[in-house]
Amino acid sequence: MTEIAVSSTKLPVGSKGREASGWWGMLALVATEATLFAYLLFSYFYLASHSPPPWPPNGPPELKLAIPGTLVLIAGSVTMWWGERGIKQGRRWQLVIGLIVSLLLGIGFIVLEGIEWAGKPYTLGSSVYSSLYFTITGFHLAHVVVGLLILAVLLLWTAFDYFDENRHSAVSIGVIYWHFVTVVWLAVFFTFYISPRLG
Amino acid sequence: MSTTADNYRAPVIARATDASPISETLQRNWEGAGGWRGWLSTVDHKEIGKRYLITAFAFLLIGGLEAAVMRAQLARPNGHLLSPEAYAQLFTMHGVTMIFLYALPVLSGFSNYLWPLLLGSRDMAFPRLNAFSYWVFLFAGLFLYSSFVLGKAPDDGWFNYVPYASREFNPGPNIDVYALGMVLLGVSTTVGSINFIVTLIHTRAPGMSINRVPILIWGTLTASVGNLFAVPAVSLAFLMLWMDRQLGTHFFDVTGGGQPLLWQHLFWMFGHPWVYAIVLPAMGMVSDGLPTFCRRPLVGYTAVALATVTTMVLGFGVWAHHMFATGLPLMSLSYFSASSMVIVIPSAVAVFAWIATIWTGRPVFTTAFLYFSSFVLLFVIGGVSGFMTAAVPVDLQLTHTYFIVAHLHYVLIGINVFPVVGGIYYWFPKFTGRLMNETLGKWGFWTMFIGFNVGFFPMHILGLAGMPRRVYTYPSGLGWGLWNMVATVGSYVFAIGIAMFIINFWISLKRGKASGPNPWGGPSLEWSTSSPPPVYNFAVIPTVASRYPLWEKHMDDVSGESTIHEGLLLDQGRETIGTSLLDAEPKVILRMPGDSYMPLLLSLTLSLLFVGLLLHDWEGWWLVGLAALATVLAGIRWLWPLPSLGETAEMSHD
Repeated sequence: MTEIAVSSTKLPVGSKGREASGWWGMLALVATEATLFAYLLFSYFYLASHSPPPWPPNGPPELKLAIPGTLVLIAGSVTMWWGERGIKQGRRWQLVIGLIVSLLLGIGFIVLEGIEWAGKPYTLGSSVYSSLYFTITGFHLAHVVVGLLILAVLLLWTAFDYFDENRHSAVSIGVIYWHFVTVVWLAVFFTFYISPRLG
Repeated sequence: MSTTADNYRAPVIARATDASPISETLQRNWEGAGGWRGWLSTVDHKEIGKRYLITAFAFLLIGGLEAAVMRAQLARPNGHLLSPEAYAQLFTMHGVTMIFLYALPVLSGFSNYLWPLLLGSRDMAFPRLNAFSYWVFLFAGLFLYSSFVLGKAPDDGWFNYVPYASREFNPGPNIDVYALGMVLLGVSTTVGSINFIVTLIHTRAPGMSINRVPILIWGTLTASVGNLFAVPAVSLAFLMLWMDRQLGTHFFDVTGGGQPLLWQHLFWMFGHPWVYAIVLPAMGMVSDGLPTFCRRPLVGYTAVALATVTTMVLGFGVWAHHMFATGLPLMSLSYFSASSMVIVIPSAVAVFAWIATIWTGRPVFTTAFLYFSSFVLLFVIGGVSGFMTAAVPVDLQLTHTYFIVAHLHYVLIGINVFPVVGGIYYWFPKFTGRLMNETLGKWGFWTMFIGFNVGFFPMHILGLAGMPRRVYTYPSGLGWGLWNMVATVGSYVFAIGIAMFIINFWISLKRGKASGPNPWGGPSLEWSTSSPPPVYNFAVIPTVASRYPLWEKHMDDVSGESTIHEGLLLDQGRETIGTSLLDAEPKVILRMPGDSYMPLLLSLTLSLLFVGLLLHDWEGWWLVGLAALATVLAGIRWLWPLPSLGETAEMSHD
């Protein structure tokens, strides 16, 4: 071997922001997950268009829990964005607060959704509409739970002092998923709560 | 706290090959534990690629045996070797095996082995995910076969239409095994696809801009992006079917307000892109192999690359041509018929590019060349019959007949199996350091080629004569007996050709002539390193300046000087270079993970979760709960940020 030169530019080593493979990997995962929801919502509209009116059979679902739930989820995304911004500038306390508040808001969403589920007069097998309702909102709920797991693990790792302004790829990658959970809820919310009111 | 010195480094540029002393350091950095521990924990893409190839080939042989039994039944009218139930399970498992457990995995095997070598990198972007994808594929394959031994295999054909697949008409575990097995397999396909995509985006050698990557890369990339958007449809459809069967939902059940046709839409929204996913990488192998044996660059590189992508994009808009006979509105029939015909254009672009490459080249008639060039012919035949059935009136006559069986076998054997066997002849020296026997190879090729055409061409005639597919037997006096006998004999000759290939493979593995690094005078980077390649692939990362880096000295009209044995020396642990998306400029020194048991462990817990779901009447729920918990814990362990990978504030050095 002959050493010829040392490269003129210094390159970052290891996981750095958007140069981390995991960042791209998470985007690809989100793309395929978003497609999964697209197929779920396709199924909803397909079955809706092939069902005799009225659709939904019991009228559009009420908004009194769904709107607060939506706002809680959006707020959770904002707080997480704020927390991530903190660690980018080396403010670990800001990330910790962001994670804790987002976790609590996520749990709040699950509670609201749980109350709404419990108040439904039908179950999974009652009709094609109820099958769609519980399956699709259930899919989303499962994604919220995974998102909360991610936030909890990130909180643990932050407590271990793993991240600073140079190294926080795990946070940036996890946060993408959390935003995805919010965005996809907007599509689910529109489909179930808004679209029946448009006709 | 991390310091700037930890975070940034100016890499050394060196001249070295794998015979240089530095290779000892690299070997130490990259080699695994060895023995059974190394076997279970390796994340080396070459090892995983070989496993994919061998496992997929094992499934090919199993699926082939199933076909052989069916052909024995159909050779004569009124055959009664098999009961209708057994026949239904056999044709279903034959389709499932060939389409899901052979056709894509075998291409994943090639791509896993070859991608980092073609790209001038040291591994895939996610080595552990790569191992995980293999293990899940293996377990999903075993899962899908688990009920076969009990005589309760899936039995509703590979596209599994409801209501036959509903619990009411199919109460056994047959369909549940299929449904859950496909969801599990979808996990493997999805993570594998993500890995290919990120590998392309992120880990090419410096200078390998997007317009210089080999066509195989375009093929597998296109297939992977397609999979990302197609696989969710089938995973969802199978999950919904399982819920209909076991949880009492009503998605496909008419009495509850569901729609059986929703199944067909979701299945074919996946199914048609999937057809391209299992042929485009194989076409890419031919596009890269033909130039080597024609001693000239591929004609129309850009056109072929764009045709690859265009085929997949169009492939998302043709799914209903599988559903012409289901009573869709005339308007949508017209649209799907037209869009299906449009696919002829990119296909023809590629065909003419291959023909022009052969025509204007100086072909060397090796066994691999015979497979690659005959693929072009078979593709045209399969393409023409596909074009015919894209016309609605023709399809209404021919759907569900042996004409379709003939078409799909010309497509899948012609465009997948022939390039795959050719690809083994081509890359066997790289995999093993030995050449396969050419004489036996050519005998094997002609046996396969003649057997295939004798076996499958008559099925067109049978279809035109009205013989439906998936019949377990047929009465005499319909005029089908002769052609069925011919088809059986031909397909057995084809099987003998496959056997000759396998024999050649085994003999050459032990006694083949030593090949050296580049026995065919190939143009791409995999031929620049030893055969078989060292565990770290390249002693230094090459710098690429043209599409055919090893041919620059031999061609007048190629500008650019790639440096093969001179480049970035990344020797501080498992390192490779991360480059920018379009121009492949160095952006980051990537730290790659070491060998790990986590991929195996996670795939085991995930598979157990699916076993739990399969157990009837909720006995499996405790297993599901435990397996889910174990999956989460193993996942966290896997993703735990490591100082050695530069994932934490405290960065360590090896």
